[in-house]
Amino acid sequence: MLPDNLKDMAVPAAIEAWDSAVVTGGSHEFGETLLFVQPERIVAVCQYLKTQLKFERLSGVTCIDRFPAEPRFEVLYLLHSIARNERLKLKVALGSDAPQVESVTAVWAGADWYEREVFDLFGVKFHNHPNLKRLMMPEDWEGHPLRKDFPVHGHKYSYQND
Amino acid sequence: MNEIDETTVPAGFDTQVTEKLPGGGRRMVLNMGPQHPSTHGVLRILLELDGEIIQKAEPDIGFLHTGIEKQAETLTWQQVVTLTDRMDYLSNMANNLAYVLPVEKLLGIEIPAKAQWLRVLLTELSRINSHAVWLGTHALDLGAMTVFFYCFREREDILRLFEMFSGQRLMTSYIRIGGVALEPPRGWEKAVGRFLDGLSEKIDEYENLLNTNPIFLQRTQKVGYLSLEKLLDIGVTGPMIRAAGLNWDIRKSEPYSSYEKFDFDVPVYNESDVYSRFRVRLEEMRQSARICKQAMDGMPDGAWKADAPKVVLPDREKMKTQMEALIYHFKIVTEGFRVPAGEAYVPVESPRGEIGFYAVSDGTSKPYRVFMRTPSFGNLQCLSALFEGKLISDSIAALGSMDFVLGDVDR
Repeated sequence: MLPDNLKDMAVPAAIEAWDSAVVTGGSHEFGETLLFVQPERIVAVCQYLKTQLKFERLSGVTCIDRFPAEPRFEVLYLLHSIARNERLKLKVALGSDAPQVESVTAVWAGADWYEREVFDLFGVKFHNHPNLKRLMMPEDWEGHPLRKDFPVHGHKYSYQND
Repeated sequence: MNEIDETTVPAGFDTQVTEKLPGGGRRMVLNMGPQHPSTHGVLRILLELDGEIIQKAEPDIGFLHTGIEKQAETLTWQQVVTLTDRMDYLSNMANNLAYVLPVEKLLGIEIPAKAQWLRVLLTELSRINSHAVWLGTHALDLGAMTVFFYCFREREDILRLFEMFSGQRLMTSYIRIGGVALEPPRGWEKAVGRFLDGLSEKIDEYENLLNTNPIFLQRTQKVGYLSLEKLLDIGVTGPMIRAAGLNWDIRKSEPYSSYEKFDFDVPVYNESDVYSRFRVRLEEMRQSARICKQAMDGMPDGAWKADAPKVVLPDREKMKTQMEALIYHFKIVTEGFRVPAGEAYVPVESPRGEIGFYAVSDGTSKPYRVFMRTPSFGNLQCLSALFEGKLISDSIAALGSMDFVLGDVDR
């Protein structure tokens, strides 16, 4: 359900009118609009935003690890519309048990590396991604460094436990 | 190309494999990099060649990955400023600014006008510096050597100014949460004015040197074309997309740090080739000089840091005389300051495009998470599209025209 303070805003209201169930929450702080979206509908929402509401650019994709809270991962999409001169943040919440979500590379080709980075550093799987393999870390690296339960010095090279 | 006996190629070693193409040609997989001089950093590109034509290009990044986003979670909010310098060492001021803006948004502190204008002045000097280094090295890649020396001469002048302001040439960390690090030094107006006075003739000189150079023109005009739709789809930002005809500059569309008070033009070209990217950056240097002049002429008086005793370090004089100031200094230095819980993102126009930090705070004195949306990372994604189907000799010109910094890609 759309929070009351977002009901008057053009973009959230348009999404609400298009599909009333897809937005599960949201906020408007510091002039930035954030919407929580059902994980299984993310591609449809992005497609709708790109084609109907002119969000022609994807600025970035990242993830926030809320360990030990549940659902643990929040995948964040930073959308930008040059035509409307407006920005929008979308989030999907994913549980810690094998986090996975559909890839939005079909909507914006630029999602490619951002999703690979999230996969590499957080271990979130993106379905239908054309080339989902590690981007920053070596292929044989164990673990996902940006997770909160990954030590800063790394598992293998920790000199505290020797 | 000589025939290579495939039985002698070690398993898994793909650089020398050749195979016959349907037309009778031969496919060759070639590693460009990781230490290729034209990549100006550690980037490996896997090229599949059919003769001189690139069939497929796959960039391999990650060699410089330092885990800055992870490190940021272990430092206090103020200390992270020093990490942002190290990402993109050519536009450190824009990086500093991009980081402090969302944190200041979360803190809700008011930045005095003088600090805002100083930030604009130094960010624009940083842009001139970055474009000068780009122009010099790009021309060097294409065989024009003189411009390289001229550009590095101007860069040296800017680094001296940075040293004057911050005490540091490259890792300046001059822009801090709540203002700037130090009071502007005595005589800075003269020094900056002297630099700006001669600048426009120097930029004309670069332009004349390259615009009358037939080799440079032939190697850049109608080379490295990508359509605007493709660039938008990939999410390319900055001069590259302005050279493709899109009039979009974050300084104009979403002004920050009082950019709305400055008068400047956004150069736009339509050809979307290497040459038009060169024109865009050259014109941007002129516009930056214009902004710097305005910032110098209209520099407001007053404080250069915010009136927020719990966030901004007190003056030295106050520390010597007031107990309160000493306590605040001690608290800020030892444990940092708390930032109210929340998340904020502010986009900033760096010399390379949109840079933005997504700052997530959980209310403590250390960032919960900082996502660094760097322009080079987004722009480098278009490399495959830029290379495929083109000549290998043109790839150097196309690569240079993207103007990425590998530290900014891998973070």
